[in-house]
Amino acid sequence: MFRYRNEDLAKQILEKLKHLNLNLRLMHVCGTHQDTLVRFGLNLMLKEAGVEIRPGPGCPVCVTTAKEIEEAILLARKGKVVATFGDMFRVPGEKLSLADVKAEGFDVRVVYSITDCISLAEKTNKDVVFFSIGFETTTPATASVISTRPNNFSILSAHRLIPPAMEALIRMGEMKIDGFINPGHVSTIIGEKPYEFISSRHKMPQVIAGFEPLDVLIAVYMLAMQIIRGEVRVENEYTRVVRPEGNEKARQTMNEVFEPFDTSWRGFPVIPSSGLRLKKKFEEYDARKRYEDELSTLDNEYKEPAGCRCGEILRGLVYPDECPLFGKVCTPRHPVGPGMVSREGSCNIMLRYGER
Amino acid sequence: MCLAIPAKVVEIGKGEGKEGAKAKADFGGISREIDVSLVDAKVGDYVMVHAGFAIEIMDEHEAKETIELWKEMLEKCSDTETRI
Repeated sequence: MFRYRNEDLAKQILEKLKHLNLNLRLMHVCGTHQDTLVRFGLNLMLKEAGVEIRPGPGCPVCVTTAKEIEEAILLARKGKVVATFGDMFRVPGEKLSLADVKAEGFDVRVVYSITDCISLAEKTNKDVVFFSIGFETTTPATASVISTRPNNFSILSAHRLIPPAMEALIRMGEMKIDGFINPGHVSTIIGEKPYEFISSRHKMPQVIAGFEPLDVLIAVYMLAMQIIRGEVRVENEYTRVVRPEGNEKARQTMNEVFEPFDTSWRGFPVIPSSGLRLKKKFEEYDARKRYEDELSTLDNEYKEPAGCRCGEILRGLVYPDECPLFGKVCTPRHPVGPGMVSREGSCNIMLRYGER
Repeated sequence: MCLAIPAKVVEIGKGEGKEGAKAKADFGGISREIDVSLVDAKVGDYVMVHAGFAIEIMDEHEAKETIELWKEMLEKCSDTETRI
């Protein structure tokens, strides 16, 4: 069940795709898919079979804006304990990262789970801010602790929703995409329905996929079949985990606490209803409300690091090795852009495995 | 970031609220506390765990069935792939 692998079946699928010779360009929106594609060499095998898969804005750390990181940095410098996931720790804002600020002597912690952050808040009198990132997969967990949070705890939300970003990519029209491989664990929460408007409005085939090599290959095959048959719908390959209706309990928890609002993503203009903020009844635990005065001193616009092409990489327009900084100035040890920091960032994955 | 890892639920806390949300899970030999408040899991279930939270109960039967189904389907359509 855990190693969903079968070499014969994988070979069969690749041969069939090769025979079909469809010359497709697909996109996925999940860093874990990118890892599977590159780690197992599937990208190269699929390319030989006439299918190119481009990574989209599927890494929550990578799409977090410099402004949001600057907010977390400012709160750390103002004496709050700022906790976040390991991936976020080293992503630079305009210049510095939270790791740099910790090195200056401010209190920044890395936690595995928001529950660790709650435990941290219970043990201290200081204000604790959880810099909370992640797509629909992560948001229900953030929402679920709201009933147990101590008074010195607040959330700096950088949560985002995936379907609006998928539509934004199509609307921007910078590149032709023949179909989407949809993220398995976002879909675990939201199910199939929230993607349907993308198929109906934009004639876009979509398949929800798991993260084993065979999952991705089957999903590509299912997309190829939709395209051949002239169908456009949302299908689910990852049936051992994703239910058609998703996880309703998790979704209710998320919707109770958070509401969508228009927000920008790194590399994108403002995407309507794509961000999540705490609802008014929980504003006491919203770091942006609680520290409104302190945060109002920040600029609204922050520049991307000079030469960094993370924005175009997140829109699927260029590959990491087409960035002049890749592997030279920008390395996992000294990352310039977010894609090099996170293990789910396209730049980090490409450098780690040495392949596109 | 959206990485989720399967684990087997071996113990669930008693009572309502915070304690009842805690469970002990086995990640292939490594035991760790997880939160099961987002799923209706019972002891013995395999769950997908993301950032310390079980986000869904896995369907073991479904996993085996799907591979068999695909094998069968691909074999059947060996000469008619454009028509399936």
